[in-house]
Amino acid sequence: MWEYAPAPESRDIANLKPNYRMFIDGQFVEGAGEPLKTVNPGTEEVLAEVSTAAPADVDKAVKAARRAYDRVWGKMPGSERAKYIFRIARLIQERSRELAVLESLDNGKPIKESRDVDVPTAAAHFFYHAGWADKLAYAGHGPDPRPLGVAGQVIPWNFPLMMAAWKIAPALATGNTVVIKPAETTPLSALVLAEIIQQADLPPGVVNILAGAGDVGAAVVSHPDVDKVAFTGSTEVGKIIQRQLAGTGRRLSLELGGKAANIVFDDAPLDQAVEGIVNGIFFNQGHVCCAGSRLLVQESVADELLEKLRVRVSTLRVGDPLDKNTDVGAINSREQLTKIQQLVETGDAEGAQRWTSACPLPDKGFYFAPTVFSNVSQAMRIAREEIFGPVLSVLTFRTPDEAVAKANNTPYGLSAGIWTEKGSRILWAAQKMRAGVVWANTFNRFDPTAPFGGYQESGFGREGGRTGLEAYLDV
Amino acid sequence: MAAPSTTPSLPPALADAVRDDASLRRFLHGLPGVDQVGVEQRAAGLGTRSIKKASKLWAIDTAIGMVDLTTLEGADTPGKVRSLAAKARRPDPDNPDVPKVAAVCVYPDMVETAVQELRGTGIDIASVATAFPSGRSSLKVKLEDTAYAVDAGATEIDMVIDRGAFLSGRYGQVFDEIVQVKHACGDAYLKVILETGELATYDNVRRASWLGLLAGGDFIKTSTGKVSPAATLPVTHVMLQAVRDWHTQTGELRGVKPAGGIRTTKDAIKYLVAVHEVAGPEWLTPTLFRFGASTLLNDLLMQRRTQLAGHYSGPDYVTVD
Repeated sequence: MWEYAPAPESRDIANLKPNYRMFIDGQFVEGAGEPLKTVNPGTEEVLAEVSTAAPADVDKAVKAARRAYDRVWGKMPGSERAKYIFRIARLIQERSRELAVLESLDNGKPIKESRDVDVPTAAAHFFYHAGWADKLAYAGHGPDPRPLGVAGQVIPWNFPLMMAAWKIAPALATGNTVVIKPAETTPLSALVLAEIIQQADLPPGVVNILAGAGDVGAAVVSHPDVDKVAFTGSTEVGKIIQRQLAGTGRRLSLELGGKAANIVFDDAPLDQAVEGIVNGIFFNQGHVCCAGSRLLVQESVADELLEKLRVRVSTLRVGDPLDKNTDVGAINSREQLTKIQQLVETGDAEGAQRWTSACPLPDKGFYFAPTVFSNVSQAMRIAREEIFGPVLSVLTFRTPDEAVAKANNTPYGLSAGIWTEKGSRILWAAQKMRAGVVWANTFNRFDPTAPFGGYQESGFGREGGRTGLEAYLDV
Repeated sequence: MAAPSTTPSLPPALADAVRDDASLRRFLHGLPGVDQVGVEQRAAGLGTRSIKKASKLWAIDTAIGMVDLTTLEGADTPGKVRSLAAKARRPDPDNPDVPKVAAVCVYPDMVETAVQELRGTGIDIASVATAFPSGRSSLKVKLEDTAYAVDAGATEIDMVIDRGAFLSGRYGQVFDEIVQVKHACGDAYLKVILETGELATYDNVRRASWLGLLAGGDFIKTSTGKVSPAATLPVTHVMLQAVRDWHTQTGELRGVKPAGGIRTTKDAIKYLVAVHEVAGPEWLTPTLFRFGASTLLNDLLMQRRTQLAGHYSGPDYVTVD
């Protein structure tokens, strides 16, 4: 047997500091909130202490953002704004290795993903939006679209840096200023992004980065002087925010949960479909709102496909997120691990057939072995609820209409995948799918030029592309 | 199509596939397609595996043992073949613990010399045959070419398929030729060269792979080395998937040999990772995976020295044969 020797990336590259502070009005400051300890989910050790915001700090940040908007950023020509945004993009590239290691330490995702996906995509979003800053008149949102003002943004723990980029880059390009709060369990990369923003010499107050738990996020989104709220996270919290903002006239975009169907027709390229299924649900430990968590496979190829899938999933290497050969890293928190375990138990109880990869798991840290449920029916909780973990539910269908009906039979509608060699079927199915993103013969590909967003309980508003600019413009 | 007596025994489902020309065509065209973007992405992704320390040394030794040390030039002479054979027996004179290579691969008229040099070493003698590299001759000549090499003592035959027949859809003809060459091989191992650079699409590579396996090829091999592109990682992925699927359906283990263009240890390790993770660990043996190469061996030897000594030496410390 050929065992790969450990090939860990050095954690020193992350330049971890014992304490991290919030970024308000161009300065790193202590918040008045109770400091939080952020944990490495791969080892359960404490990484650093982070100061958090009290309500007064939120107010300070919003005031700084307002000032920066009124005095500098709102009236700065787009071509000038672009220079700052380009600079941020380049600095992210320069510090990409540091950011990748830090992200894997704080989040638990494998280094190969933070290195090859998260950090490059974050830089790409800044590059892409920098290009738009002086061309907004040609974006199709009117001859002279105006910014909204101060944007309050709350982002999740699954792609901490990338989500910060998705939120901050379009807001800056369109002339808005930002108060953003990263997730409680993953604040570090956003606070290093604050260093980069300072390095890029962005005028004070244009971007303010707070830390803390849900209460800080609630204070940001409900602050009366915030003109625009952007939230990525759970549907449950999204609904609360929508209720709070109803009738205030403030703009809102939400990117929430999903239960995406990955549909494999019998004429699909099966080996690549297996890759796509694996990438769809085991990428980032399944902590992806657009994860292909429901596999819909045509009955005539179901056995063959499932056999191939199990063989492939067995080769996934689960373990140390910093090891360059790790395919599936650590679950982000104990809380999330418990949630996954509970939902998996309901799958067992409701009669689905469970298969789990026999891969070894580390003794310490939060890990969950890749799991595939077959014989799943639409009525089961594992087919309806977002598990947000490395757990795939497999359902079968007989006809294309049945596939579409089952795929759409969910309150969500964020993404979908179609696997077939027949071009006409791709177009047909994509049109019928109620999902914001439909991938054909691939899955989980992200590009700043492609708008991303959902239907129904997956939210509204788009991020990325020309369409995504609208969320930050007064049109 | 070939007479049933020469057709290899196959499980019922696959026996049907080779019943006649039309069945063979239906079978090959009924294989699942290969998505180009997907297979290339997977190959590139697996190529980022980081193989270090003991696992690297193991990979280097394993790769050395899988090399079909090759010389296929018009300028080949008995002297050249003798020095190649010496290299095959003892790749690194300073380090006698280096494993010997799997085989030496030569043209049919050089087989006799190779046999003399390699008798008793356990190193196989592979010979290309069937009007290599183009395959453009009559079946009679191809069979005689094969018989010539086998009679001279070749223990492995690397045949080329008739790409013209394949590309014009005459799968039955290609099948028959392989079956008959296999027959002419007797006990010698048969490697079927698909010349993937001329087949152009991954769908064709998959079909040709299955054709070679159905007709009884012990190995499927990417290239002659005379056509560019020769072996590539994604093509090898598709062929590894074919032998894995073949194993699932028949229980038999068949081999894969990428040839041409693999020159560095780094590349060779990427191939071994693909063998390990696409086909499976049981394929990591010279009986099921080979590298068709000449310059690769010296790079493997240099990297091996580096691993053991902790520093690089240089090309003058390995022998040029």
